[in-house]
Amino acid sequence: MRILYTDVLVIGAGLTGLRIAIAARARGLDPIVLSVVPAKRSHSAAAQGGMQASLANVVKGIGDNEDVHFADTVRGSDWGADQQVVRMFVATAPKAARELAAWGVPWTRVRAGEHEVVINGERVRLTERAQAHGLIAQRNFGGTEKWRTCYVADGTGHAMLSTMGDRTVALGIPVHERREALALLHDAGRCYGAVARDLVTGEILAYVARATAIATGGAGRLYRVSTNAVICQGTGHALVLETGCAALGNMEAVQFHPTGIFPAGILVTEGCRGDGGVLRDADGHRFMPSYEPERRELASRDVVARRMEEHIHRGKGVETRFGRHLWLDITLLGRAHIERNLREVKEICEHFLGIDPAERWIPVRPAQHYTMGGVRTDHTGESPWLKGLFAAGEAACWDLHGFNRLGGNSIAETVVAGMIVGEFIGDFCARAESQVDIPVGLVREAVEGEQAKIDRLLEGRGTESAEALRAAMQNVMTDRVGIFRTGADLEAAVDELQRLLVRSRDIGVRYRARGANLELVVAYRTQKMLRVALAIAYGALMRTESRGAHFREDYPRRNDRDWLRRTLAFWRGEGDTLPTLEYEDLEVARMELPPGWRGYGARDYIEHPDTVPRAAEVARIRGEAGSVDRLALQRSLMPYDHLLPEGLRGANRRIGEGLA
Amino acid sequence: MISAQPTERGRSLTIRVLRYNPQEPGSVPRLQDYAVEEAEGMTLYLALSEIRERQDPSLMFDFVCRAGICGSCGMLINGRPGLACRTLTRDLAPEITLAPLPGFELVADLSVNTGKWMRALSERLETWLHGVEDRLDLGAIERPMAPDLAERIYELDRCIDCGCCVAACASAQMRPDFVGAVGLAKIARFRLDPRDTRSDADHFELVGGDDGVFGCMALLGCHDVCPKGLPLQTQIAYLRRRMARVGLAG
Repeated sequence: MRILYTDVLVIGAGLTGLRIAIAARARGLDPIVLSVVPAKRSHSAAAQGGMQASLANVVKGIGDNEDVHFADTVRGSDWGADQQVVRMFVATAPKAARELAAWGVPWTRVRAGEHEVVINGERVRLTERAQAHGLIAQRNFGGTEKWRTCYVADGTGHAMLSTMGDRTVALGIPVHERREALALLHDAGRCYGAVARDLVTGEILAYVARATAIATGGAGRLYRVSTNAVICQGTGHALVLETGCAALGNMEAVQFHPTGIFPAGILVTEGCRGDGGVLRDADGHRFMPSYEPERRELASRDVVARRMEEHIHRGKGVETRFGRHLWLDITLLGRAHIERNLREVKEICEHFLGIDPAERWIPVRPAQHYTMGGVRTDHTGESPWLKGLFAAGEAACWDLHGFNRLGGNSIAETVVAGMIVGEFIGDFCARAESQVDIPVGLVREAVEGEQAKIDRLLEGRGTESAEALRAAMQNVMTDRVGIFRTGADLEAAVDELQRLLVRSRDIGVRYRARGANLELVVAYRTQKMLRVALAIAYGALMRTESRGAHFREDYPRRNDRDWLRRTLAFWRGEGDTLPTLEYEDLEVARMELPPGWRGYGARDYIEHPDTVPRAAEVARIRGEAGSVDRLALQRSLMPYDHLLPEGLRGANRRIGEGLA
Repeated sequence: MISAQPTERGRSLTIRVLRYNPQEPGSVPRLQDYAVEEAEGMTLYLALSEIRERQDPSLMFDFVCRAGICGSCGMLINGRPGLACRTLTRDLAPEITLAPLPGFELVADLSVNTGKWMRALSERLETWLHGVEDRLDLGAIERPMAPDLAERIYELDRCIDCGCCVAACASAQMRPDFVGAVGLAKIARFRLDPRDTRSDADHFELVGGDDGVFGCMALLGCHDVCPKGLPLQTQIAYLRRRMARVGLAG
């Protein structure tokens, strides 16, 4: 049995994982990054449209700052987010964009002078300021008051990951590619690393670490139609569930992106609509303005996706043999713009649809896109139940996005969370409590346990097909735990998923090689995925309200009175077929922005009893503040600066803002 | 999960795969045929997934994004390097031959270890921005960059490390230490970047030999197959002139 010892074990080599490893190295620690694929192939590379950071360089971004980004994010979350975490995030996002600029990301830059853009279907001329020339440019995105999304054409995630990967190599940080964590090593409320499998040789080995960070991304592949890469299977979530003691948060909060190309579900960026593209129906009619007059195509994603499905349901979809879809029209942006700023979109359309999007409309329909829920952590990224276990990025619920994530906030979160949580991991490792004192016997037991599970699959007499179970799970999730949910559907889904879980104990594989073996991988991952799917479906069944992306047709109103709470899902017993749910309240009395109307979507909600008094208090503080600057006012509403790592505090300077 | 559907035409495809698993005792390289009924919108990703799920669980390949952006699925498609995930079967004759990319360590069947090769290349050519300050003032307004220059850097940054250019390169097939178009393009990318503090003399140290820009025989297979359409021909030619100048001066 091989045991590798390291200071920090990072599971996942996307933007978050790499940034955590870089932070650890900067603190003098030795990190090892574990990844099922080469680092630069991680799903972070798929982010197209951009990263939100309130730099306010472009003329349509003037007036933007942390306060505006904060309000957009909280409203976008439908008040499900942890507002202190949102504050930490919006304060660090500009620093993250600027750090990446210094490390080499070729951000698209502002050109001074006049240029033409498309806004609400009209051609408009804008004049960029001379002093902004050459600074990082921003584009428009959904659910934002200002143009805030920094971008590199429409290959933003790719360019960021490329630079982050280069930094990792520059610092000599080892990435153990094609290795997969199978289980966390833990004992008495302390996490000590993980048991892993080499996907080429089949070797099972142990990584013992002072701190362990889960940065495994989302769980889109629980669904049949998803924009996610095929590796986004929620296996990192399963690692945590299977400890039996640590919880996942808000797993029922699942985002569907309005514009997955139909029927393959490959993403075309929100930047298409941000740059002026519109949605059209079977008659060629632009339908969003009549549903959402305030923000039209650029309402938040949950709202746009629901309106699209509603419109299809009204018979306005385009009929095809694969089902119905709508159109995304970017022809009005012009060929020059598309070939410069939307070139990935153009390539995707050419290769997968055989069309030129400068001339023809793109067939789209909402597809699973993002996992708002995840490994529940505190603001430092640490699990409250397992000391030394951290999680960050899409895999985590710390909780930035609540029940709906804004476009451009995910790729921003990857790096911001990597910076912040990376520092807290550094702090943890500097403390005596981080000492590793796990007996080798326990490590051996864990390794042998995982080996036995693999042996059972390879040598047992199981008769169930993992492929069939996985396909059934994906169908149930897409058909019954999708954009529109009902109690009856969710109950049926939970029942079916439980049956699938029981059957998954009897999976057998035909190909019995111990090394490279995709069938074996599908087999053990399916067992894990079913548990995560149950956490989503059961959480959705029990949440009898609608909030953000979680929409219950039988409970269409947001209910702050009973449901301003975060779902916690535990998997208490190995033989259980359901997670155990608990809830934690969000504290209205401490919110900087008390619950209200989002500015788009339904105005109808049931108020929390603390909302009126807190809103009055906030109004009073604002009134008394008078001419106090916005930073001082913010501090008196909801202090957060003390929560940030020291090196990440401090104001973000902008053109013409007197904060230097 | 198979999302493609049977077509009306329903062409019968024969997918011929070069199979070999160096880890499996007794495995020998061989061609194996699989019959697949073509479906509308079927890509090689969908076809291979269907074969593995329904016919042969031992088949090995790599897919990640399945959208042409991550570079995992480079393979020889009828002898030509390309990305399998975005290759539609309808664009090919009904007999399709697939083989692993040459020039890389074989994992098994169609899976090759491009990740390991690319990491080694990156370490050897130091393909990261040099001159990054240790303590950045992250609150300060970023340094401006000419918008056109940023776009030109991104043009080269679009490389997805897929390895197609290496597989298509005669020099790389003859000398394993050749850095390939990917290596030269990365040097060109950092050369272009004013944030990088290295000089042409530094670049000459890295690619000024026969394993670098002078090993290129200018057959430019790389340029023809690059899935991202990188301007490799221009970049290699330019880099060669620059390096020749440094070499002559030195």
